Amino acid sequence: MPISEWFGKNKNDNNGEGRAEKLVIPDGVWLKCDSCGEVVFHREFERRFKVCPKCGFHAPLGALERIAHLIDLGTFNEIATGIVSCDPLDFRANKSYTEVVEAARAKTGLAEAVVCGSGEIDGRPVAFLVMDFSFIGGSMGSVVGEKVTELFEWAADMRRPVVSVCASGGARMQEGMYSLIQMAKTSAAVGRHASTGCSYISLLCHPTTGGVLASFASLADIIVAEPKALIGFTGPRVIEQTMKQKLPKGFQTAEFMLEHGQVDMIVPRADQKETIGRLIDYTTRDVG
Amino acid sequence: MRKFILDFERPVAELEEKLEELKQLSSAGQPDIAAEIGYLEAQIEKLRVHIYSNLTPWQRVQIARHPDRPRTLDYIEAIFTDFIELKGDRLFADDPAMIGGFARLDHVKAMVVGTQKGRNTKENVMRNFGMPHPEGYRKALRLMTLADKNALPIISFIDTLGAYPGIGAEERGQAAAIATNLMTMAKLSVPIIAVNIGEGGSGGALALGVADTVLMLENSYYSVISPEGCASILWRDNAKAPTAAEELGLTADKLLEHGLVDTVIKEPLGGAHRAPALVARDLKKALVAAVRRHLTKTPGELVEGRYARMRAVGSFESAEEAAEASE
Repeated sequence: MPISEWFGKNKNDNNGEGRAEKLVIPDGVWLKCDSCGEVVFHREFERRFKVCPKCGFHAPLGALERIAHLIDLGTFNEIATGIVSCDPLDFRANKSYTEVVEAARAKTGLAEAVVCGSGEIDGRPVAFLVMDFSFIGGSMGSVVGEKVTELFEWAADMRRPVVSVCASGGARMQEGMYSLIQMAKTSAAVGRHASTGCSYISLLCHPTTGGVLASFASLADIIVAEPKALIGFTGPRVIEQTMKQKLPKGFQTAEFMLEHGQVDMIVPRADQKETIGRLIDYTTRDVG
Repeated sequence: MRKFILDFERPVAELEEKLEELKQLSSAGQPDIAAEIGYLEAQIEKLRVHIYSNLTPWQRVQIARHPDRPRTLDYIEAIFTDFIELKGDRLFADDPAMIGGFARLDHVKAMVVGTQKGRNTKENVMRNFGMPHPEGYRKALRLMTLADKNALPIISFIDTLGAYPGIGAEERGQAAAIATNLMTMAKLSVPIIAVNIGEGGSGGALALGVADTVLMLENSYYSVISPEGCASILWRDNAKAPTAAEELGLTADKLLEHGLVDTVIKEPLGGAHRAPALVARDLKKALVAAVRRHLTKTPGELVEGRYARMRAVGSFESAEEAAEASE
């Protein structure tokens, strides 16, 4: 590392956040934890699926990383593919909605904010969906709503349990009411799946808010949360503006939701696959 | 005299004031003013037609929020008979921002639920400005399930800025309450008619909106997010709310165009508060027609129809089509 960077850093010593960002070292051997600021081995961090070995901070995971983390190697088959969003409202802000979607595709390499498929968790067949927050904030528009609905319908037909992994800011503004109604559509599909007697397990990750939390993500038989994840209906910034008061410490964290009876358990990333596997085992009828 | 004047209505209000003065002069014995009064009245009418025939989405949002706009209870009183209010979610509290109970629509026994704003400041505080807590949604769900048990059609009135965004609401599971309503309403085997009479604010409105027929009053709006919220996210500036209102396509006519609602009920020039009885009469006609139509269906047809209705909502195309189109 060039010495000049060290000088630059010392100047910003009081600004912890800025420092954490700047210190991702390009050669990839070391990196600095976004939470505790400790320098850790990059490989060690990746091996733990982006959990800081020093402080246990759970950094965000993309959809494909989640599949690698939870689904048995080589068992994942994507379903509900081949649809792309239109721009029904001809929505324009600083950029057009079409440009926003194209930029998100280029950035993430994903087709949309959710990936759906079949796969196995410790040898148990499941229908699986995972949202990616880096795709327009994991927001739910027509395509996300359609894919999620298709997955639940497929799982109902196949009599498979569903496992969902959510990270989403909510309904996608740029599709207006089309997005809002996806909440009703996905919730109705969860209801149909539930009536077949199959189980649904929902893993809530940082952050899960708004229209996704207020629809399918909350309708699971068992709700698991990642440590420290922000979980809430209204984002904290909006609440603070509306209430004109500072929010209590830890408000809307996974731990807060656990305390208030809104989730069943908080499970660190290292144990998630095993825990979800055991939950599926308990909620699947033994055959014969 | 009207108590509350919206900014874009001010030109009319000023002329009306002048007219009032002239009328006083006339009654005080000033001769030869009749012609002037007649002229002014014609001018006012012209201006009103001009303003109210060219309302922007943001102006409609303001009319939807007008403090004199008729509320759910006003429509229940005007349209239904024999209303028996039921209260409480049986879990935590009674939420005055949500009301409901048995009522008769002509001779049809029905269940009515709806968000309720106050008619004045004091009542608004009591009713939390029509923004329900989770117990409100759970009360509505309880009543709708009761309707299902007794084969009563459900009429739901939507008029809320949104589900209440407060600490207690989060602690008691606002998101879960809304989600449960969405899932359960899809399964109910009785007709559900939803009518948006004012504000249709996001998930907190949709939690009463999973229906077989969705009606909207002409100046009501229905939106995935409030124009202010959208503006603050996209432009970091609440003052851009009028632009956001344009982009969100939240007006009744726009939503009808997209096939997302079924019928728009006309309002008098200036909004429903100018002639509440007239609006109530037209709304009643639409409700009676909708209930009659759905009451001929079997429970199975209702549930399948409602599912198919929501299932069909989405704006997307196959990836191949999109690729061809861009070539």
